[in-house]
Amino acid sequence: MTEGVDMIARPVLEVSDLNVRFPASRDWLGRPNSHVHAVNGVSLQVRRGGSLGIVGESGCGKSTLAQAIIGLAPYEKGRVAIAGQDLQAAQGKQKRELRQKMQIVFQDPQSSLDRRLPVWRLISEPLHIRGGHSSAELHAKAEQLAAAVGLRPEHLDRLPHEFSGGQRQRIAIARAMSTDPDLMVLDEPTSALDVSVQAQIVNLLLKLQRERGLTYLLISHDVALVRHFCDDVAVMYLGQIVESGPADAVLGNPRHPYTQTLLASAPSFETPLPTLAEVRIGELPNNRKLPTGCFYRERCSKAAGGCEAPQGLRRLDDGARQARCHLAQG
Amino acid sequence: MMTATVQSRGQALAIQNLSLEFPTFSGAIKALDNVSINVAKAEIVGIVGESGCGKSVTTMAATGLLPKGRYRITGGSVRLFGHSTLTMDESQLQDVRGKMVSTIFQEPMNALNPTIRIGKQLTDVIMRHEEASLSDARRIARDILADMLIGEPERVMKQYPFELSGGMRQRVLIAMAFSCNPGLIIADEPTTALDVTVQAVILRLIQNRARRTGTSVIFISHNVAVVSQLCDRLYVMYAGRIVEHGATRTVLDAPQHPYTQALLRCLPERVAPKQELEAITGAVPNLMQPPAGCYFQPRCKEAIDLCRSRSPQLAGAEGREVACWRRGVGLEIAEQGSRP
Ligand SMILES: Nc1ncnc2c1ncn2[C@@H]1O[C@H](COP(=O)(O)OP(=O)(O)OP(=O)(O)O)[C@@H](O)[C@H]1O
Ligand code: SF4
Ligand SMILES: [Mg+2]
Repeated sequence: MTEGVDMIARPVLEVSDLNVRFPASRDWLGRPNSHVHAVNGVSLQVRRGGSLGIVGESGCGKSTLAQAIIGLAPYEKGRVAIAGQDLQAAQGKQKRELRQKMQIVFQDPQSSLDRRLPVWRLISEPLHIRGGHSSAELHAKAEQLAAAVGLRPEHLDRLPHEFSGGQRQRIAIARAMSTDPDLMVLDEPTSALDVSVQAQIVNLLLKLQRERGLTYLLISHDVALVRHFCDDVAVMYLGQIVESGPADAVLGNPRHPYTQTLLASAPSFETPLPTLAEVRIGELPNNRKLPTGCFYRERCSKAAGGCEAPQGLRRLDDGARQARCHLAQG
Repeated sequence: MMTATVQSRGQALAIQNLSLEFPTFSGAIKALDNVSINVAKAEIVGIVGESGCGKSVTTMAATGLLPKGRYRITGGSVRLFGHSTLTMDESQLQDVRGKMVSTIFQEPMNALNPTIRIGKQLTDVIMRHEEASLSDARRIARDILADMLIGEPERVMKQYPFELSGGMRQRVLIAMAFSCNPGLIIADEPTTALDVTVQAVILRLIQNRARRTGTSVIFISHNVAVVSQLCDRLYVMYAGRIVEHGATRTVLDAPQHPYTQALLRCLPERVAPKQELEAITGAVPNLMQPPAGCYFQPRCKEAIDLCRSRSPQLAGAEGREVACWRRGVGLEIAEQGSRP
């Protein structure tokens, strides 16, 4: 019995103290002597059937984090565990199996699908790679998945260029579901679509989650979408999580100064255009040489004594969320 | 002719019943059908609609920016500060662009010359249009960059476009657009590629400067929330037609046209988390063979027989019109029309 409880309680995805850096320049022996620090000590968990949104601006490390999680970007420090198993430590067949437990849907359905393959092959490709299925089985499976994402049977033999952006994204979703993954990573899945089509895809993803208990990690710059779509949210700045917790708490009543600025700038019907003082102009600092103390200090309107010390992610008094700012506590 | 001048006083741009098509081998793409847009002096006007609805073509046609010989105007007129742009030749148009109207596009990299320093590009534009000396032009450039919150204008003027971030480049272009004091600025999705914090700053900068100098602005966007924060009035386009227009708050708080209503309902912002969004079923019509009647009719939940045979015209009160057989004046006409 306890074993069963453990299975349920264990998060599908556990990331701890993950650091990803890329060589930015090399010395005469070809050894890297400076780095781009893309992800700087990220820890997060996603529970089965839940959804975590990662929000932040371009260059903050969201996509690198997603790639490290699915095993496309190597990391030197930290750990990624899927269903309790360490991805980077796994070898050979076990590693391939672990990778199949995660699937990703990209922003641009145009370039993420092989243009020469008919839809049924595209959808069943991950199963084909895994092996052990006859062509007829793959076709039958593709047909089921196509129906689940709202494609019609006659679509199965067509090529991807015959489809609109929204339909191509449906194909990408069906394909990602084909291996019954434990985790689906959605990297800006609707940003390239018109809003009316975006709504169709958002509805589809939420419906699939309700019906099949899918687990999502959503990467997005769209705060309104994350608020609508996710249970939990983590806000990233310069490769760190600066605030995380339940989406309604973090996005409804942000406590970290960066989250506050991000939300004040997000376009909205309900609020007027923010003043220049509220948004403050600033560029993301260079991530080759990380700042000392709080990473947000230079742009922060509340910066005061204490900010020159490194800031840890600390649990706030509401018990539900964490923030990386000594002033957020009060 | 007297009346035209009188009518256009106080008016920055008057597009009237503009229809335009792109001839292709497989037939003509009817990109614009009967589009009318008015922009008063010092007014900020938004055009919203989904990809391909004709937002860019409308303003590019009005300012002579469409590729010559590739399109056909099939009706209508355009008056820019009283001058008819549709009948101008290229040199007259060039004169108009820059003196009367400047356009800012989505991707600032394409609009800047990558091999010339920012300072020279700015002063060239200023000298061409303002007949200023080089030292005056440099001073104007410096002031306007500072006004765009560019920290060290002197340093930025010595840099090349690629050395600046996307947000900086876009601010340089806005500076360039304002530098010759045009009466009208057309901003075509100027912030779509930028982060929200940068976007908010840029919208503010455009708004502040336009208000201070009495410049009119046309702001084109697919993002209704952005338009709601910036614009005094807005036009909603669908498949090359204007379907609704009015004061921004009125249109957004009480949308009338079924398309505008659906467009607002499919946004997550006004819906409880995880609740189903109201997606618009189907797809936009093929502009080579648009449907008879109302172009929205194949996707419209309220369509009646009349919608399938006759196109609804914009109708309503001054400054607030809707093109739909099931609304306001359209409804009256529909009822009269159906009487024997
Ligand atoms: N040079 C051209 N040749 C042929 N068709 C064109 C040309 N330019 C635009 N079109 C067509 O005219 C229609 C209106 O296009 P337009 O670019 O104005 O749309 P838009 O509303 O600006 O869209 P977006 O939001 O994607 O910028 C579209 O069907 C488009 O494909
Ligand atoms: S005219 Fe008819 S089809 Fe068009 S929007 Fe109105 S009700 Fe719908
Ligand atoms: Mg456009």
